[in-house]
Amino acid sequence: MKRTSIYGMMAEFDTPGDLVSAARRTYEAGYKKIDAYTPFPIEELSEAIGFHRNSVPLVVLIGGILGGCSGFGLQYWIHVINYPINVGGRPLNSWPAFIVVTFEMTILFAGIFAVLGMLALNGLPMPYHPVFNVPRFAFASKDRFFLIIFSSDPKYDAASTRRFLESLAPRSIAEVPS
Amino acid sequence: MDEPTTPAPVIEPGYTFGTVTDKISSIVLTRPTSNGWLLGFGVAFLVSMGLLYAVGYLFLRGVGIWGVNIPVGWGFAIVNFVWWIGIGHAGTLISAILLLLRQSWRNSINRFAEAMTLFAVACAGMFPILHLGRPWLAYWLFPYPNTMRVWPQFRSPLVWDVFAVSTYGTISLLFWYVGLIPDLATLRDRSENRGAQIIYGMLAMGWRGSARHWARYETAYLLLAGLATPLVLSVHTVVSFDFAISILPGWHTTIFPPYFVAGAIYSGFAMVLMLAIPIRKFYGLEDFITDRHLNNSAKVMLATGLIVAYGYGMEAFMGWYSGNRYDSFLLWNRLHGPYAFFYYLLLISNLAIPQVLWIRKLRTSPFWLFLISGVILVGMWLERFIIVVVSLHRDFLTSSWGMYYPTRWDWMTYVGTIGFFLACMFLFLRLLPMISIFEMRTLLPEAEVKAE
Repeated sequence: MKRTSIYGMMAEFDTPGDLVSAARRTYEAGYKKIDAYTPFPIEELSEAIGFHRNSVPLVVLIGGILGGCSGFGLQYWIHVINYPINVGGRPLNSWPAFIVVTFEMTILFAGIFAVLGMLALNGLPMPYHPVFNVPRFAFASKDRFFLIIFSSDPKYDAASTRRFLESLAPRSIAEVPS
Repeated sequence: MDEPTTPAPVIEPGYTFGTVTDKISSIVLTRPTSNGWLLGFGVAFLVSMGLLYAVGYLFLRGVGIWGVNIPVGWGFAIVNFVWWIGIGHAGTLISAILLLLRQSWRNSINRFAEAMTLFAVACAGMFPILHLGRPWLAYWLFPYPNTMRVWPQFRSPLVWDVFAVSTYGTISLLFWYVGLIPDLATLRDRSENRGAQIIYGMLAMGWRGSARHWARYETAYLLLAGLATPLVLSVHTVVSFDFAISILPGWHTTIFPPYFVAGAIYSGFAMVLMLAIPIRKFYGLEDFITDRHLNNSAKVMLATGLIVAYGYGMEAFMGWYSGNRYDSFLLWNRLHGPYAFFYYLLLISNLAIPQVLWIRKLRTSPFWLFLISGVILVGMWLERFIIVVVSLHRDFLTSSWGMYYPTRWDWMTYVGTIGFFLACMFLFLRLLPMISIFEMRTLLPEAEVKAE
């Protein structure tokens, strides 16, 4: 039989409350490379698995600034430098008239950066992922809550990690082949 | 089970994560395509073929087949453009503004309201392009380096409109798609058909519901809502600038932006109700789209309708108070001119009839709400007709007065876009989850994490 390497150990829970308390206990027990999978966002969970650095807002801010500057820059360059038209002696840099397009470009860039930035930081699209090898994982998008300890965690050991997860009273435990 | 309390619940009691998921996803995955759906889609599709025919003939013969002339250069095309884009606004209001205001009742209507926005913006976007005269040169509207060495005039509201509407369309699409990703993953995992698994799987992009992903997802979703909120208010403001920045009596007024935005939301909620009432009946979704949703939407219509009424009142007041003879003539022309019948019809359908929404019984009666929403949609269409046509047909010089009569091609194009819109809605209902499954799960009592 072909030897497969192990990606991690996964435990299944019935309720979001069970998962959050299990995740907290796992993190406190010294497992740092862990993740959880849920069918809807749970605010307390990212804290429980020790996820703090969310850089999406920074990406959106950069997108917004870039969009605003390029929106105004485009209009300034066209109407003042490249293609100046004198309309009744009004100033070429008639900035109040440029605000609308500047605003729209700010929103457009910030929005595109928000979506693409979120996907890129999440590493999506990713058609294959080891967790999908666990048959019961199909319920992670319905009504089950999963906790995983990655095999890359220094404390990971097939036997002791399984014992630890059993102590959290999950519904089932599965080894995740990679 | 608890007695129903006031306010009515957002979701009927007794549901679990599993049953909510099954109920919504089975509409797409396992429910057989019904004859009603086939009939509805078939009719809508045929009507949208009428649009194709009308547009094909327009490409062949030019805008001369329409009723537009000088002085009324902006006929049905601009009336319909403003009407459709206004309808779209309710979707963004529901999905973005109500999200920021933590109105959780929005969770069961935001998905199809956003789809409605997308299709309405698509219908709206067609009209200015068809109205160009040479629609195949529509790309000239965008600034791109070209061998003619000319650029768009960025001081013109018509160019602002291009940016506002295309940004609005793009952001609406992104917002809708981001909201769909977790539900597409659910469909991928629920589906038993290999083809469906592959298609939904590709669209879900490998979403697996990781806590880290959810944290970034929630931030991005909230920021998108924060960006979409000023955007949606700006879009109809910019549309109103197309009128307000000109000097024509009836257009040249500062009340236009707020009054246009309120009118947009007014007609948009009417369309949401006209779609939600039959959908919840035919798909048996009364447990998710409850009387509370109807009641709240009716209240939004009542409030925005009163803002619109204030707008009409102010327009009439300023016509008299300004002492400007052209402004007071416009008022006289609306009340006594050749199109007076439509102005009175507008007042009846937009101001008078919707006042019955003060009655709570009517706000929760699907039948009456459906009828009133229809009346409001007609009224809002008439409002744009009055603004565009009545203002244009008699302006400063008596010698340049004229009349506008829409031709059958105008009607065919307009009705055709309604068919196109409905055909898109039918496809959406059949192929994608019409209610956001993951957001519905968060509404269930079992989603609460008890504090330790």
